[in-house]
Amino acid sequence: MRALLLRDLRLAIRSGGGFGLGLAFFLILAVLVPLGVGADGRILGRIAPGILWVGALLACLLSLDRMFALDQEDGSLDLLATSPIPLEGVVAVKAAAHWLVTGLPLTLLAPGLGVLLNLAPPAYGWLVLSLLIGTPTLSMVGAFGASLTVGIKRGGLLLSLLVLPLYMPTLIFGAEVVRRGAEGMALATPLALLAAISLGAAALLPFAAAAALRVNLR
Amino acid sequence: MTIPLFHHVHIGYGCPMLIEARNLDVARGGVTVLGGLTFALAAGKALILRGPNGAGKTTLLRTLAGLQPPAAGDVMMAPDTVAYAAHADGLKSSLTVAENLAFWAAIFGSRDTDHAVQEMDLAPLIRRRAGELSAGQKRRLGLARLLVTGRPVWLLDEPTVSLDSASVTLFAGVLRQHLATGGAAIIATHVDLALPEARVLDLDPYRMRTLAQDGFDEAFL
Repeated sequence: MRALLLRDLRLAIRSGGGFGLGLAFFLILAVLVPLGVGADGRILGRIAPGILWVGALLACLLSLDRMFALDQEDGSLDLLATSPIPLEGVVAVKAAAHWLVTGLPLTLLAPGLGVLLNLAPPAYGWLVLSLLIGTPTLSMVGAFGASLTVGIKRGGLLLSLLVLPLYMPTLIFGAEVVRRGAEGMALATPLALLAAISLGAAALLPFAAAAALRVNLR
Repeated sequence: MTIPLFHHVHIGYGCPMLIEARNLDVARGGVTVLGGLTFALAAGKALILRGPNGAGKTTLLRTLAGLQPPAAGDVMMAPDTVAYAAHADGLKSSLTVAENLAFWAAIFGSRDTDHAVQEMDLAPLIRRRAGELSAGQKRRLGLARLLVTGRPVWLLDEPTVSLDSASVTLFAGVLRQHLATGGAAIIATHVDLALPEARVLDLDPYRMRTLAQDGFDEAFL
């Protein structure tokens, strides 16, 4: 399993691996929004939590279709399915690798982009915390969507349509945590719900995704 | 003792044959393409599958590999028996030959890739990226993967495609060595690999064109 994780990370940082695609998108979004909305700091500060969370979500979405499609094209997925590693483990490792190359860098970059969007100072810690808890869900749900669409050529659109509704709760609670953090309100409830979604996704979706992969491999 | 993997695949312990098929039907896209296959393979034996294109050789190999459930009948084998080599080699073009091989070795829980490199004559290519290899060299690397799996039964789907005659001879030698050390192989091929241990299974008499029993909705998947 460690070998698979290391291989996926190595592939991501080699040329054409797609590392930085999501990050670049996130950066561009955070730079362009102030230009589009105007320089009114009050408005920017109010929409910053939502913009940052939507940006992180879309950045995650960008690289999802590669997760299993590349392995399926070159035959690795068939060979992994016949290897001693259970398919559930393969899914979990691939989701973890996806998070390490998109979700984690996004989380670390987010405070810097918060400055561009005039995010209220008390919200920075909550922004990082909510992304840290929420982005693994994005990768795990994405892995599930990618496993459903793995056999389909150019399945990117279908994947987005499948995954976006499943992203809604994470987006709503994640942005809510940051908004409440910015306004100094109590935020235990959305934070707990965000964590619950994350844990539930990590516990259940590897099995669902592995079942979907088995059907698609036939 | 048997543990069902799919409905009809049983993982048996301590059976004398490495792999055994009983009244096996295999289906592709909800249509049964081969029916009533019964064969068994002991250590040191090879089975060559013959049949025209579309006869179901690949489907049979995928069923034996456990990638799809049989339409009917049973496959008996011990757990972790088969290593499957498909048309695609499962190589990452941005990784080197050594990295590709080391990855598969680690997945199958071994560290030793030197043996495979030596057997398949990959030493001169070891630092090259897989994307820079020719089709035949890629194939050799793909076949070298079989050696690092440590699995006894090799399921080979047209293993000699894009290999030159020297490489075919090289691979036939590796295959004979594998059989001599207690392995077995089921090979779909049109090339004569000059294996004295091999039995030819002509798939023509087993061909069917019927809708699988419960396969109607599966045809749409």
